[in-house]
Amino acid sequence: MKIKQFFLGVVALSVLPVVAIQVEAAQPPLKEVKAAKGHVSTANTFNRLLEKSKARNLPPAEDGIHDPDNDNTHVLQPPKIAYDGLPTTPFGNYVDWVKALDTDLLQPRYDRFDATIEPLIMDLDIVREVKSTVPDVVFPHKPHTQWLHCSNCHPKIFIPQRKANVMNMSGILLGQQCGVCHGKVAFPVTTQSCTKCHSKPKPADWKPPQSETSLKEPWR
Amino acid sequence: MYKSALIGLLSMLAVMVLPQAAHAEYADVVMNNYSDAAGMRPVVFPHWYHRIRFRCKVCHADLGFKFKAGGNKITMAKIIDGQFCGACHNGEISWSVENCGMCHSGIAGTPTQIHGSTVQRLVAPTYKKLGNNKK
Ligand code: HEC
Ligand code: HEC
Ligand code: HEC
Ligand code: HEC
Ligand code: HEC
Ligand code: HEC
Repeated sequence: MKIKQFFLGVVALSVLPVVAIQVEAAQPPLKEVKAAKGHVSTANTFNRLLEKSKARNLPPAEDGIHDPDNDNTHVLQPPKIAYDGLPTTPFGNYVDWVKALDTDLLQPRYDRFDATIEPLIMDLDIVREVKSTVPDVVFPHKPHTQWLHCSNCHPKIFIPQRKANVMNMSGILLGQQCGVCHGKVAFPVTTQSCTKCHSKPKPADWKPPQSETSLKEPWR
Repeated sequence: MYKSALIGLLSMLAVMVLPQAAHAEYADVVMNNYSDAAGMRPVVFPHWYHRIRFRCKVCHADLGFKFKAGGNKITMAKIIDGQFCGACHNGEISWSVENCGMCHSGIAGTPTQIHGSTVQRLVAPTYKKLGNNKK
Protein backbone atom coordinates (compact mmCIF):
# COMPACT_ATOMS: atom_id res chain seq x y z
CA MET A 1 0.00 0.00 0.00
CA LYS A 2 2.57 2.51 1.12
CA ILE A 3 4.94 1.36 -1.58
CA LYS A 4 2.25 1.93 -4.15
CA GLN A 5 1.83 5.47 -2.96
CA PHE A 6 5.51 6.00 -3.04
CA PHE A 7 5.41 4.85 -6.64
CA LEU A 8 2.62 7.22 -7.43
CA GLY A 9 4.76 10.02 -6.13
CA VAL A 10 7.70 8.94 -8.21
CA VAL A 11 5.62 8.58 -11.37
CA ALA A 12 3.90 11.89 -10.90
CA LEU A 13 7.28 13.39 -10.43
CA SER A 14 8.97 12.00 -13.49
CA VAL A 15 6.06 13.20 -15.59
CA LEU A 16 5.97 16.67 -14.13
CA PRO A 17 9.40 17.57 -12.91
CA VAL A 18 9.04 21.27 -13.45
CA VAL A 19 5.81 21.57 -11.53
CA ALA A 20 7.15 19.42 -8.75
CA ILE A 21 10.24 21.50 -8.33
CA GLN A 22 8.10 24.53 -7.74
CA VAL A 23 5.95 22.71 -5.25
CA GLU A 24 9.05 21.80 -3.32
CA ALA A 25 10.53 25.25 -3.61
CA ALA A 26 7.81 26.95 -1.61
CA GLN A 27 7.34 25.19 1.68
CA PRO A 28 3.68 25.67 2.66
CA PRO A 29 1.65 25.01 -0.52
CA LEU A 30 0.84 21.37 0.27
CA LYS A 31 -2.76 22.55 0.06
CA GLU A 32 -2.30 23.79 -3.48
CA VAL A 33 -1.06 20.35 -4.51
CA LYS A 34 -4.31 18.91 -3.23
CA ALA A 35 -6.41 21.49 -5.04
CA ALA A 36 -4.64 20.75 -8.32
CA LYS A 37 -5.70 17.09 -8.39
CA GLY A 38 -9.05 18.02 -9.97
CA HIS A 39 -9.21 18.79 -13.68
CA VAL A 40 -6.94 21.80 -13.75
CA SER A 41 -4.04 21.25 -16.08
CA THR A 42 -0.75 21.14 -14.25
CA ALA A 43 0.54 23.64 -16.82
CA ASN A 44 -1.57 26.24 -15.04
CA THR A 45 0.45 26.72 -11.91
CA PHE A 46 1.09 29.72 -9.70
CA ASN A 47 4.28 31.73 -9.94
CA ARG A 48 5.24 29.75 -13.04
CA LEU A 49 8.51 31.53 -13.75
CA LEU A 50 9.97 32.28 -10.38
CA GLU A 51 12.87 30.21 -9.24
CA LYS A 52 12.65 30.80 -5.54
CA SER A 53 15.58 29.94 -3.36
CA LYS A 54 14.66 27.46 -0.70
CA ALA A 55 17.09 28.35 2.00
CA ARG A 56 19.23 31.28 3.08
CA ASN A 57 22.95 31.32 3.62
CA LEU A 58 23.56 27.64 2.88
CA PRO A 59 26.89 26.11 3.95
CA PRO A 60 29.33 25.79 1.01
CA ALA A 61 28.98 22.02 0.64
CA GLU A 62 25.22 22.37 -0.04
CA ASP A 63 25.10 25.54 -2.13
CA GLY A 64 25.32 23.97 -5.60
CA ILE A 65 28.45 25.95 -6.57
CA HIS A 66 31.07 24.40 -4.29
CA ASP A 67 32.10 20.81 -5.00
CA PRO A 68 31.30 18.60 -1.98
CA ASP A 69 33.89 16.07 -3.23
CA ASN A 70 36.62 18.63 -2.57
CA ASP A 71 37.93 18.10 1.00
CA ASN A 72 38.64 21.81 1.45
CA THR A 73 34.99 22.67 0.75
CA HIS A 74 34.16 21.31 4.19
CA VAL A 75 36.76 23.57 5.83
CA LEU A 76 35.21 26.76 4.38
CA GLN A 77 33.14 28.77 6.82
CA PRO A 78 29.33 28.56 6.58
CA PRO A 79 27.99 32.16 6.26
CA LYS A 80 25.38 31.71 9.00
CA ILE A 81 28.06 31.32 11.66
CA ALA A 82 29.85 34.48 10.57
CA TYR A 83 26.61 36.50 10.39
CA ASP A 84 25.52 35.62 13.92
CA GLY A 85 24.44 38.78 15.75
CA LEU A 86 24.62 41.10 12.71
CA PRO A 87 21.59 43.26 11.77
CA THR A 88 19.52 41.66 8.99
CA THR A 89 17.77 42.68 5.74
CA PRO A 90 15.28 40.65 3.67
CA PHE A 91 17.55 40.45 0.58
CA GLY A 92 21.11 39.92 -0.69
CA ASN A 93 23.28 38.36 1.98
CA TYR A 94 20.40 39.03 4.43
CA VAL A 95 22.86 41.22 6.34
CA ASP A 96 22.52 44.99 6.76
CA TRP A 97 26.12 45.85 5.97
CA VAL A 98 25.68 49.59 6.51
CA LYS A 99 24.16 49.19 9.96
CA ALA A 100 26.78 46.61 10.89
CA LEU A 101 29.50 49.22 10.27
CA ASP A 102 27.62 52.03 12.01
CA THR A 103 27.16 49.93 15.13
CA ASP A 104 30.81 48.79 15.10
CA LEU A 105 29.76 45.15 14.89
CA LEU A 106 32.15 44.95 11.92
CA GLN A 107 35.38 46.83 11.43
CA PRO A 108 36.76 45.80 8.06
CA ARG A 109 40.20 47.19 7.28
CA TYR A 110 40.53 50.23 5.00
CA ASP A 111 44.19 49.31 4.47
CA ARG A 112 45.54 45.88 3.67
CA PHE A 113 48.04 45.90 6.58
CA ASP A 114 47.18 48.71 8.99
CA ALA A 115 43.96 48.21 10.93
CA THR A 116 44.10 51.72 12.42
CA ILE A 117 43.78 53.71 9.18
CA GLU A 118 40.41 55.50 9.05
CA PRO A 119 38.40 55.73 5.83
CA LEU A 120 38.00 59.06 4.00
CA ILE A 121 34.31 59.66 4.58
CA MET A 122 32.27 62.33 2.79
CA ASP A 123 28.73 63.12 3.95
CA LEU A 124 27.00 64.54 0.86
CA ASP A 125 23.54 63.48 -0.29
CA ILE A 126 22.61 63.85 -3.96
CA VAL A 127 18.90 63.98 -4.75
CA ARG A 128 17.76 62.79 -8.17
CA GLU A 129 14.20 63.67 -9.07
CA VAL A 130 12.49 60.73 -10.72
CA LYS A 131 10.00 61.07 -13.56
CA SER A 132 7.68 58.55 -12.00
CA THR A 133 5.33 58.10 -9.07
CA VAL A 134 8.03 56.30 -7.07
CA PRO A 135 9.82 58.41 -4.44
CA ASP A 136 12.88 60.41 -5.56
CA VAL A 137 16.32 58.85 -5.34
CA VAL A 138 18.76 59.96 -2.66
CA PHE A 139 22.33 58.93 -3.30
CA PRO A 140 24.18 59.14 0.05
CA HIS A 141 27.98 59.53 -0.23
CA LYS A 142 28.43 58.55 3.41
CA PRO A 143 27.79 54.78 3.33
CA HIS A 144 29.56 54.57 -0.03
CA THR A 145 32.73 56.29 1.13
CA GLN A 146 32.74 54.09 4.24
CA TRP A 147 33.27 51.11 1.96
CA LEU A 148 34.71 52.49 -1.25
CA HIS A 149 37.25 54.99 -2.55
CA CYS A 150 36.22 58.03 -4.64
CA SER A 151 38.16 56.52 -7.55
CA ASN A 152 35.91 53.45 -7.54
CA CYS A 153 33.11 55.65 -8.94
CA HIS A 154 34.71 58.89 -10.17
CA PRO A 155 35.12 59.47 -13.03
CA LYS A 156 34.65 56.06 -14.67
CA ILE A 157 31.11 55.28 -13.50
CA PHE A 158 29.91 58.79 -12.57
CA ILE A 159 31.19 62.25 -13.54
CA PRO A 160 31.48 64.02 -10.15
CA GLN A 161 28.93 66.68 -10.93
CA ARG A 162 25.27 66.84 -9.97
CA LYS A 163 22.91 65.86 -12.82
CA ALA A 164 25.80 65.25 -15.21
CA ASN A 165 24.97 61.53 -15.44
CA VAL A 166 22.09 59.83 -17.18
CA MET A 167 20.57 57.10 -15.03
CA ASN A 168 17.50 54.92 -15.32
CA MET A 169 16.19 51.60 -14.07
CA SER A 170 16.81 49.62 -17.26
CA GLY A 171 20.48 50.54 -17.12
CA ILE A 172 20.69 49.69 -13.43
CA LEU A 173 19.06 46.29 -13.95
CA LEU A 174 21.54 45.61 -16.76
CA GLY A 175 24.43 46.32 -14.43
CA GLN A 176 25.23 49.91 -15.36
CA GLN A 177 25.40 53.06 -13.17
CA CYS A 178 24.28 52.08 -9.65
CA GLY A 179 23.87 48.54 -11.01
CA VAL A 180 27.64 48.11 -11.33
CA CYS A 181 27.48 47.20 -7.61
CA HIS A 182 23.78 46.99 -6.68
CA GLY A 183 22.55 43.61 -7.87
CA LYS A 184 26.08 42.17 -7.84
CA VAL A 185 27.68 42.71 -4.42
CA ALA A 186 25.91 45.64 -2.72
CA PHE A 187 22.21 45.08 -1.93
CA PRO A 188 20.22 43.86 -4.96
CA VAL A 189 17.28 45.40 -6.79
CA THR A 190 14.15 43.67 -5.61
CA THR A 191 10.66 44.69 -4.48
CA GLN A 192 11.76 45.01 -0.87
CA SER A 193 14.81 47.15 -1.66
CA CYS A 194 13.29 49.82 -3.97
CA THR A 195 12.78 52.29 -1.12
CA LYS A 196 16.40 52.08 0.00
CA CYS A 197 17.31 54.20 -3.05
CA HIS A 198 13.87 55.70 -3.66
CA SER A 199 13.75 57.20 -0.20
CA LYS A 200 12.56 60.82 -0.61
CA PRO A 201 8.76 61.11 -0.82
CA LYS A 202 7.37 63.28 -3.59
CA PRO A 203 6.03 66.74 -2.63
CA ALA A 204 2.36 66.59 -1.63
CA ASP A 205 1.27 68.50 -4.74
CA TRP A 206 3.23 66.33 -7.16
CA LYS A 207 1.25 64.66 -9.97
CA PRO A 208 2.58 62.18 -12.49
CA PRO A 209 3.11 63.57 -16.01
CA GLN A 210 0.29 62.50 -18.31
CA SER A 211 0.63 60.82 -21.67
CA GLU A 212 0.03 63.37 -24.41
CA THR A 213 -1.73 61.03 -26.77
CA SER A 214 -4.43 60.22 -24.20
CA LEU A 215 -4.84 63.88 -23.32
CA LYS A 216 -5.41 64.69 -27.01
CA GLU A 217 -7.80 61.81 -27.62
CA PRO A 218 -9.50 61.01 -24.32
CA TRP A 219 -11.36 57.69 -24.17
CA ARG A 220 -15.13 58.11 -23.82
CA MET B 1 -1.86 8.30 2.89
CA TYR B 2 -0.93 11.56 1.23
CA LYS B 3 2.07 11.71 3.50
CA SER B 4 3.82 8.61 2.23
CA ALA B 5 3.42 9.71 -1.38
CA LEU B 6 4.84 13.00 -0.38
CA ILE B 7 7.83 11.46 1.30
CA GLY B 8 8.52 9.53 -1.87
CA LEU B 9 8.17 12.69 -3.84
CA LEU B 10 10.44 14.70 -1.64
CA SER B 11 13.20 12.13 -1.44
CA MET B 12 13.18 11.83 -5.23
CA LEU B 13 13.30 15.57 -5.45
CA ALA B 14 16.24 15.81 -3.14
CA VAL B 15 18.17 13.66 -5.58
CA MET B 16 16.87 15.38 -8.69
CA VAL B 17 16.94 19.01 -7.68
CA LEU B 18 20.00 19.46 -5.53
CA PRO B 19 22.71 19.03 -8.14
CA GLN B 20 21.04 21.47 -10.55
CA ALA B 21 19.86 24.33 -8.40
CA ALA B 22 22.54 26.62 -7.07
CA HIS B 23 21.79 28.62 -3.94
CA ALA B 24 25.23 29.92 -3.13
CA GLU B 25 25.77 33.02 -1.04
CA TYR B 26 24.89 36.35 -2.73
CA ALA B 27 27.95 37.84 -4.51
CA ASP B 28 30.04 34.66 -4.60
CA VAL B 29 32.22 34.96 -7.73
CA VAL B 30 33.02 31.90 -9.84
CA MET B 31 36.18 32.31 -11.93
CA ASN B 32 36.64 29.84 -14.73
CA ASN B 33 38.64 31.46 -17.52
CA TYR B 34 41.31 28.76 -17.42
CA SER B 35 40.55 26.34 -14.58
CA ASP B 36 38.39 23.79 -16.42
CA ALA B 37 40.81 23.76 -19.34
CA ALA B 38 43.70 23.10 -16.96
CA GLY B 39 41.85 20.28 -15.17
CA MET B 40 41.40 22.28 -11.95
CA ARG B 41 38.10 22.97 -10.22
CA PRO B 42 36.87 26.55 -10.91
CA VAL B 43 37.73 29.15 -8.26
CA VAL B 44 35.01 30.41 -5.91
CA PHE B 45 35.69 33.82 -4.35
CA PRO B 46 33.39 34.68 -1.40
CA HIS B 47 32.74 38.45 -1.25
CA TRP B 48 30.84 38.13 2.03
CA TYR B 49 33.80 36.54 3.77
CA HIS B 50 36.29 39.12 2.56
CA ARG B 51 34.11 42.20 3.14
CA ILE B 52 33.83 41.27 6.81
CA ARG B 53 37.62 41.76 6.96
CA PHE B 54 38.35 44.38 4.27
CA ARG B 55 36.50 47.32 2.72
CA CYS B 56 35.94 47.16 -1.03
CA LYS B 57 38.59 49.89 -1.39
CA VAL B 58 41.43 47.55 -0.43
CA CYS B 59 40.86 45.23 -3.39
CA HIS B 60 39.08 47.43 -5.90
CA ALA B 61 41.23 50.58 -5.48
CA ASP B 62 44.56 49.56 -3.87
CA LEU B 63 44.99 46.16 -5.52
CA GLY B 64 43.32 47.12 -8.79
CA PHE B 65 40.65 44.41 -9.10
CA LYS B 66 38.29 45.56 -11.89
CA PHE B 67 34.52 45.35 -11.27
CA LYS B 68 34.00 42.40 -13.63
CA ALA B 69 33.80 38.71 -12.80
CA GLY B 70 36.51 37.00 -14.85
CA GLY B 71 37.61 40.40 -16.14
CA ASN B 72 40.93 40.51 -14.30
CA LYS B 73 42.29 37.46 -16.10
CA ILE B 74 43.89 36.20 -12.89
CA THR B 75 46.45 33.41 -13.34
CA MET B 76 48.68 31.44 -10.97
CA ALA B 77 51.73 33.23 -12.41
CA LYS B 78 50.30 36.59 -11.29
CA ILE B 79 49.30 35.18 -7.91
CA ILE B 80 52.75 33.89 -6.98
CA ASP B 81 54.10 37.22 -8.21
CA GLY B 82 52.10 38.88 -5.40
CA GLN B 83 49.29 40.27 -7.53
CA PHE B 84 45.51 39.83 -7.01
CA CYS B 85 44.79 37.02 -4.51
CA GLY B 86 48.57 36.71 -4.06
CA ALA B 87 48.72 40.13 -2.37
CA CYS B 88 47.23 38.47 0.73
CA HIS B 89 47.31 34.69 0.22
CA ASN B 90 51.04 34.63 0.77
CA GLY B 91 51.34 33.14 4.25
CA GLU B 92 51.41 36.58 5.89
CA ILE B 93 47.99 38.23 5.77
CA SER B 94 46.32 34.90 5.11
CA TRP B 95 47.12 31.29 4.30
CA SER B 96 49.42 30.62 1.38
CA VAL B 97 48.85 29.35 -2.17
CA GLU B 98 49.71 25.72 -1.53
CA ASN B 99 46.13 25.31 -0.24
CA CYS B 100 44.88 24.81 -3.78
CA GLY B 101 41.49 23.37 -2.78
CA MET B 102 40.54 26.39 -0.66
CA CYS B 103 40.21 28.53 -3.79
CA HIS B 104 39.71 25.80 -6.42
CA SER B 105 36.54 24.55 -4.73
CA GLY B 106 33.87 24.94 -7.45
CA ILE B 107 31.96 22.22 -9.29
CA ALA B 108 33.73 21.50 -12.59
CA GLY B 109 31.95 23.07 -15.54
CA THR B 110 30.47 26.01 -13.61
CA PRO B 111 30.82 29.09 -15.84
CA THR B 112 32.34 32.41 -14.74
CA GLN B 113 29.64 34.43 -13.00
CA ILE B 114 28.67 36.50 -10.01
CA HIS B 115 26.14 34.34 -8.20
CA GLY B 116 22.68 35.51 -7.19
CA SER B 117 22.94 38.74 -9.16
CA THR B 118 19.84 40.67 -10.16
CA VAL B 119 20.45 39.91 -13.87
CA GLN B 120 20.49 36.19 -13.13
CA ARG B 121 17.08 36.51 -11.47
CA LEU B 122 15.30 38.31 -14.31
CA VAL B 123 12.64 36.15 -15.93
CA ALA B 124 13.59 37.09 -19.47
CA PRO B 125 16.87 38.87 -19.85
CA THR B 126 16.98 40.68 -23.18
CA TYR B 127 20.70 40.24 -23.43
CA LYS B 128 23.38 37.59 -23.35
CA LYS B 129 22.90 35.08 -20.58
CA LEU B 130 25.29 35.31 -17.67
CA GLY B 131 27.88 32.63 -17.86
CA ASN B 132 28.80 33.33 -21.45
CA ASN B 133 30.64 36.40 -20.32
CA LYS B 134 34.11 34.90 -20.43
CA LYS B 135 35.94 36.57 -23.22
C1 HEC C 1 29.45 54.75 -5.11
C2 HEC C 1 29.90 55.72 -6.03
C3 HEC C 1 30.52 57.01 -5.52
C4 HEC C 1 31.60 57.16 -4.69
C5 HEC C 1 32.43 56.08 -4.03
C6 HEC C 1 31.84 58.57 -4.58
N1 HEC C 1 30.90 59.24 -5.33
FE1 HEC C 1 30.82 61.27 -5.64
N2 HEC C 1 29.09 61.07 -6.72
C7 HEC C 1 28.48 59.87 -7.00
C8 HEC C 1 27.23 60.12 -7.70
C9 HEC C 1 26.22 59.06 -8.18
C10 HEC C 1 27.11 61.53 -7.82
C11 HEC C 1 25.94 62.31 -8.47
C12 HEC C 1 26.15 62.47 -9.93
C13 HEC C 1 24.94 63.01 -10.64
O1 HEC C 1 23.99 63.52 -9.98
O2 HEC C 1 24.89 62.91 -11.88
C14 HEC C 1 28.31 62.08 -7.20
C15 HEC C 1 28.60 63.44 -7.14
C16 HEC C 1 29.78 63.96 -6.62
C17 HEC C 1 30.15 65.36 -6.68
C18 HEC C 1 29.35 66.48 -7.31
C19 HEC C 1 28.51 67.15 -6.25
C20 HEC C 1 27.80 68.37 -6.78
O3 HEC C 1 27.21 69.04 -5.95
O4 HEC C 1 27.80 68.63 -8.00
C21 HEC C 1 31.38 65.47 -6.06
C22 HEC C 1 32.20 66.73 -5.88
C23 HEC C 1 31.76 64.14 -5.62
N3 HEC C 1 30.76 63.27 -5.98
C24 HEC C 1 32.92 63.85 -4.93
C25 HEC C 1 33.25 62.62 -4.39
C26 HEC C 1 34.38 62.37 -3.52
C27 HEC C 1 35.38 63.41 -3.08
C28 HEC C 1 34.34 61.04 -3.20
C29 HEC C 1 35.28 60.28 -2.28
C30 HEC C 1 35.37 60.80 -0.93
C31 HEC C 1 33.20 60.47 -3.88
N4 HEC C 1 32.54 61.47 -4.60
C32 HEC C 1 32.85 59.14 -3.84
C33 HEC C 1 28.96 58.59 -6.72
C34 HEC C 1 30.07 58.33 -5.91
C1 HEC D 1 30.98 51.03 -6.68
C2 HEC D 1 29.86 50.35 -6.10
C3 HEC D 1 28.55 51.08 -5.87
C4 HEC D 1 27.87 51.90 -6.76
C5 HEC D 1 28.25 52.25 -8.18
C6 HEC D 1 26.69 52.35 -6.06
N1 HEC D 1 26.64 51.81 -4.80
FE1 HEC D 1 25.22 52.15 -3.38
N2 HEC D 1 26.23 51.00 -2.07
C7 HEC D 1 27.39 50.29 -2.35
C8 HEC D 1 27.80 49.56 -1.16
C9 HEC D 1 29.00 48.63 -1.05
C10 HEC D 1 26.87 49.88 -0.15
C11 HEC D 1 26.86 49.34 1.29
C12 HEC D 1 25.65 48.46 1.51
C13 HEC D 1 25.66 47.11 0.82
O1 HEC D 1 26.72 46.57 0.48
O2 HEC D 1 24.56 46.56 0.60
C14 HEC D 1 25.91 50.79 -0.75
C15 HEC D 1 24.82 51.35 -0.06
C16 HEC D 1 23.88 52.16 -0.64
C17 HEC D 1 22.80 52.81 0.08
C18 HEC D 1 22.60 52.76 1.57
C19 HEC D 1 21.70 51.70 2.04
C20 HEC D 1 21.53 51.75 3.54
O3 HEC D 1 21.31 50.69 4.09
O4 HEC D 1 21.62 52.83 4.12
C21 HEC D 1 22.05 53.48 -0.85
C22 HEC D 1 20.79 54.28 -0.59
C23 HEC D 1 22.67 53.29 -2.14
N3 HEC D 1 23.79 52.49 -1.98
C24 HEC D 1 22.22 53.84 -3.32
C25 HEC D 1 22.97 53.89 -4.49
C26 HEC D 1 22.57 54.61 -5.69
C27 HEC D 1 21.27 55.39 -5.84
C28 HEC D 1 23.55 54.45 -6.60
C29 HEC D 1 23.62 55.01 -8.01
C30 HEC D 1 23.53 56.43 -8.13
C31 HEC D 1 24.58 53.60 -5.99
N4 HEC D 1 24.18 53.30 -4.71
C32 HEC D 1 25.74 53.19 -6.61
C33 HEC D 1 28.07 50.27 -3.53
C34 HEC D 1 27.75 51.01 -4.65
C1 HEC E 1 20.44 51.11 -6.37
C2 HEC E 1 19.45 52.10 -6.27
C3 HEC E 1 18.07 51.83 -6.84
C4 HEC E 1 17.22 50.80 -6.53
C5 HEC E 1 17.46 49.64 -5.56
C6 HEC E 1 16.01 51.01 -7.28
N1 HEC E 1 16.12 52.14 -8.04
FE1 HEC E 1 14.72 52.89 -9.33
N2 HEC E 1 15.98 54.39 -9.88
C7 HEC E 1 17.26 54.56 -9.38
C8 HEC E 1 17.89 55.68 -10.08
C9 HEC E 1 19.28 56.23 -9.82
C10 HEC E 1 16.93 56.13 -11.02
C11 HEC E 1 17.11 57.28 -12.04
C12 HEC E 1 16.75 58.57 -11.39
C13 HEC E 1 16.98 59.73 -12.34
O1 HEC E 1 16.19 59.88 -13.27
O2 HEC E 1 17.96 60.42 -12.14
C14 HEC E 1 15.76 55.30 -10.87
C15 HEC E 1 14.58 55.47 -11.63
C16 HEC E 1 13.43 54.72 -11.44
C17 HEC E 1 12.18 54.92 -12.14
C18 HEC E 1 11.91 55.99 -13.19
C19 HEC E 1 12.03 55.44 -14.59
C20 HEC E 1 13.44 55.23 -15.00
O3 HEC E 1 13.78 54.11 -15.42
O4 HEC E 1 14.24 56.16 -14.87
C21 HEC E 1 11.30 53.98 -11.68
C22 HEC E 1 9.85 53.77 -12.11
C23 HEC E 1 11.99 53.19 -10.69
N3 HEC E 1 13.28 53.65 -10.56
C24 HEC E 1 11.44 52.12 -10.02
C25 HEC E 1 12.14 51.28 -9.16
C26 HEC E 1 11.59 50.09 -8.57
C27 HEC E 1 10.19 49.55 -8.80
C28 HEC E 1 12.56 49.54 -7.79
C29 HEC E 1 12.54 48.24 -6.98
C30 HEC E 1 12.33 47.04 -7.73
C31 HEC E 1 13.72 50.40 -7.90
N4 HEC E 1 13.42 51.44 -8.74
C32 HEC E 1 14.90 50.18 -7.23
C33 HEC E 1 17.87 53.83 -8.39
C34 HEC E 1 17.37 52.68 -7.80
C1 HEC F 1 44.22 32.23 -3.38
C2 HEC F 1 43.45 31.44 -4.27
C3 HEC F 1 44.16 30.37 -5.11
C4 HEC F 1 44.94 29.35 -4.66
C5 HEC F 1 45.31 29.03 -3.22
C6 HEC F 1 45.32 28.58 -5.83
N1 HEC F 1 44.78 29.13 -6.95
FE1 HEC F 1 45.01 28.43 -8.85
N2 HEC F 1 43.88 30.00 -9.54
C7 HEC F 1 43.29 30.97 -8.76
C8 HEC F 1 42.55 31.87 -9.62
C9 HEC F 1 41.72 33.07 -9.15
C10 HEC F 1 42.71 31.39 -10.94
C11 HEC F 1 42.03 31.92 -12.22
C12 HEC F 1 40.78 31.08 -12.40
C13 HEC F 1 40.19 31.08 -13.77
O1 HEC F 1 39.84 32.13 -14.28
O2 HEC F 1 40.00 29.96 -14.33
C14 HEC F 1 43.55 30.21 -10.86
C15 HEC F 1 43.96 29.46 -11.97
C16 HEC F 1 44.68 28.28 -11.90
C17 HEC F 1 45.07 27.49 -13.04
C18 HEC F 1 44.81 27.81 -14.50
C19 HEC F 1 45.51 29.08 -14.96
C20 HEC F 1 47.01 29.04 -14.76
O3 HEC F 1 47.53 30.05 -14.25
O4 HEC F 1 47.65 28.04 -15.06
C21 HEC F 1 45.74 26.41 -12.56
C22 HEC F 1 46.32 25.27 -13.37
C23 HEC F 1 45.79 26.52 -11.11
N3 HEC F 1 45.14 27.69 -10.74
C24 HEC F 1 46.37 25.63 -10.27
C25 HEC F 1 46.54 25.81 -8.91
C26 HEC F 1 47.26 24.91 -8.03
C27 HEC F 1 47.91 23.61 -8.48
C28 HEC F 1 47.21 25.43 -6.79
C29 HEC F 1 47.88 24.93 -5.51
C30 HEC F 1 49.31 24.80 -5.57
C31 HEC F 1 46.43 26.65 -6.86
N4 HEC F 1 46.05 26.85 -8.16
C32 HEC F 1 46.12 27.46 -5.78
C33 HEC F 1 43.36 31.10 -7.39
C34 HEC F 1 44.07 30.24 -6.56
C1 HEC G 1 39.40 40.61 -0.99
C2 HEC G 1 39.19 41.35 -2.19
C3 HEC G 1 37.83 41.95 -2.48
C4 HEC G 1 37.06 42.76 -1.68
C5 HEC G 1 37.32 43.22 -0.25
C6 HEC G 1 35.90 43.12 -2.46
N1 HEC G 1 35.98 42.54 -3.71
FE1 HEC G 1 34.70 42.82 -5.25
N2 HEC G 1 35.73 41.49 -6.38
C7 HEC G 1 36.87 40.81 -5.96
C8 HEC G 1 37.21 39.82 -6.95
C9 HEC G 1 38.38 38.87 -6.85
C10 HEC G 1 36.26 39.92 -7.98
C11 HEC G 1 36.21 39.08 -9.27
C12 HEC G 1 37.17 39.63 -10.25
C13 HEC G 1 37.45 38.68 -11.38
O1 HEC G 1 36.79 37.66 -11.49
O2 HEC G 1 38.33 38.99 -12.20
C14 HEC G 1 35.36 40.99 -7.61
C15 HEC G 1 34.30 41.44 -8.40
C16 HEC G 1 33.44 42.46 -8.03
C17 HEC G 1 32.42 43.01 -8.88
C18 HEC G 1 32.14 42.59 -10.32
C19 HEC G 1 30.87 41.85 -10.52
C20 HEC G 1 30.53 41.77 -11.99
O3 HEC G 1 29.81 42.64 -12.46
O4 HEC G 1 31.00 40.86 -12.68
C21 HEC G 1 31.80 43.99 -8.16
C22 HEC G 1 30.66 44.89 -8.59
C23 HEC G 1 32.43 44.04 -6.85
N3 HEC G 1 33.42 43.11 -6.82
C24 HEC G 1 32.06 44.90 -5.85
C25 HEC G 1 32.60 44.88 -4.58
C26 HEC G 1 32.09 45.68 -3.48
C27 HEC G 1 30.92 46.64 -3.57
C28 HEC G 1 32.86 45.39 -2.41
C29 HEC G 1 32.74 45.92 -0.99
C30 HEC G 1 31.50 45.69 -0.34
C31 HEC G 1 33.87 44.43 -2.83
N4 HEC G 1 33.67 44.14 -4.15
C32 HEC G 1 34.87 43.93 -2.02
C33 HEC G 1 37.57 41.04 -4.80
C34 HEC G 1 37.14 41.82 -3.74
C1 HEC H 1 43.07 41.91 0.79
C2 HEC H 1 43.57 40.60 1.08
C3 HEC H 1 42.98 39.40 0.34
C4 HEC H 1 42.86 39.23 -1.02
C5 HEC H 1 43.26 40.17 -2.13
C6 HEC H 1 42.25 37.92 -1.19
N1 HEC H 1 42.01 37.34 0.03
FE1 HEC H 1 41.11 35.56 0.36
N2 HEC H 1 41.29 35.82 2.36
C7 HEC H 1 41.92 36.88 2.98
C8 HEC H 1 41.91 36.69 4.41
C9 HEC H 1 42.50 37.63 5.47
C10 HEC H 1 41.25 35.46 4.63
C11 HEC H 1 40.99 34.81 5.98
C12 HEC H 1 42.08 33.85 6.21
C13 HEC H 1 42.19 33.35 7.60
O1 HEC H 1 41.19 33.14 8.28
O2 HEC H 1 43.34 33.15 8.00
C14 HEC H 1 40.87 34.94 3.32
C15 HEC H 1 40.18 33.76 3.12
C16 HEC H 1 39.85 33.25 1.88
C17 HEC H 1 39.10 32.03 1.66
C18 HEC H 1 38.57 31.11 2.74
C19 HEC H 1 37.21 31.47 3.21
C20 HEC H 1 36.75 30.55 4.30
O3 HEC H 1 35.58 30.16 4.24
O4 HEC H 1 37.54 30.21 5.18
C21 HEC H 1 39.01 31.84 0.31
C22 HEC H 1 38.32 30.71 -0.42
C23 HEC H 1 39.69 32.95 -0.32
N3 HEC H 1 40.18 33.80 0.66
C24 HEC H 1 39.82 33.09 -1.69
C25 HEC H 1 40.43 34.18 -2.30
C26 HEC H 1 40.58 34.33 -3.73
C27 HEC H 1 40.15 33.30 -4.77
C28 HEC H 1 41.18 35.52 -3.92
C29 HEC H 1 41.55 36.17 -5.25
C30 HEC H 1 40.53 36.26 -6.26
C31 HEC H 1 41.39 36.14 -2.62
N4 HEC H 1 40.94 35.29 -1.66
C32 HEC H 1 41.96 37.38 -2.43
C33 HEC H 1 42.46 37.98 2.35
C34 HEC H 1 42.46 38.21 0.99
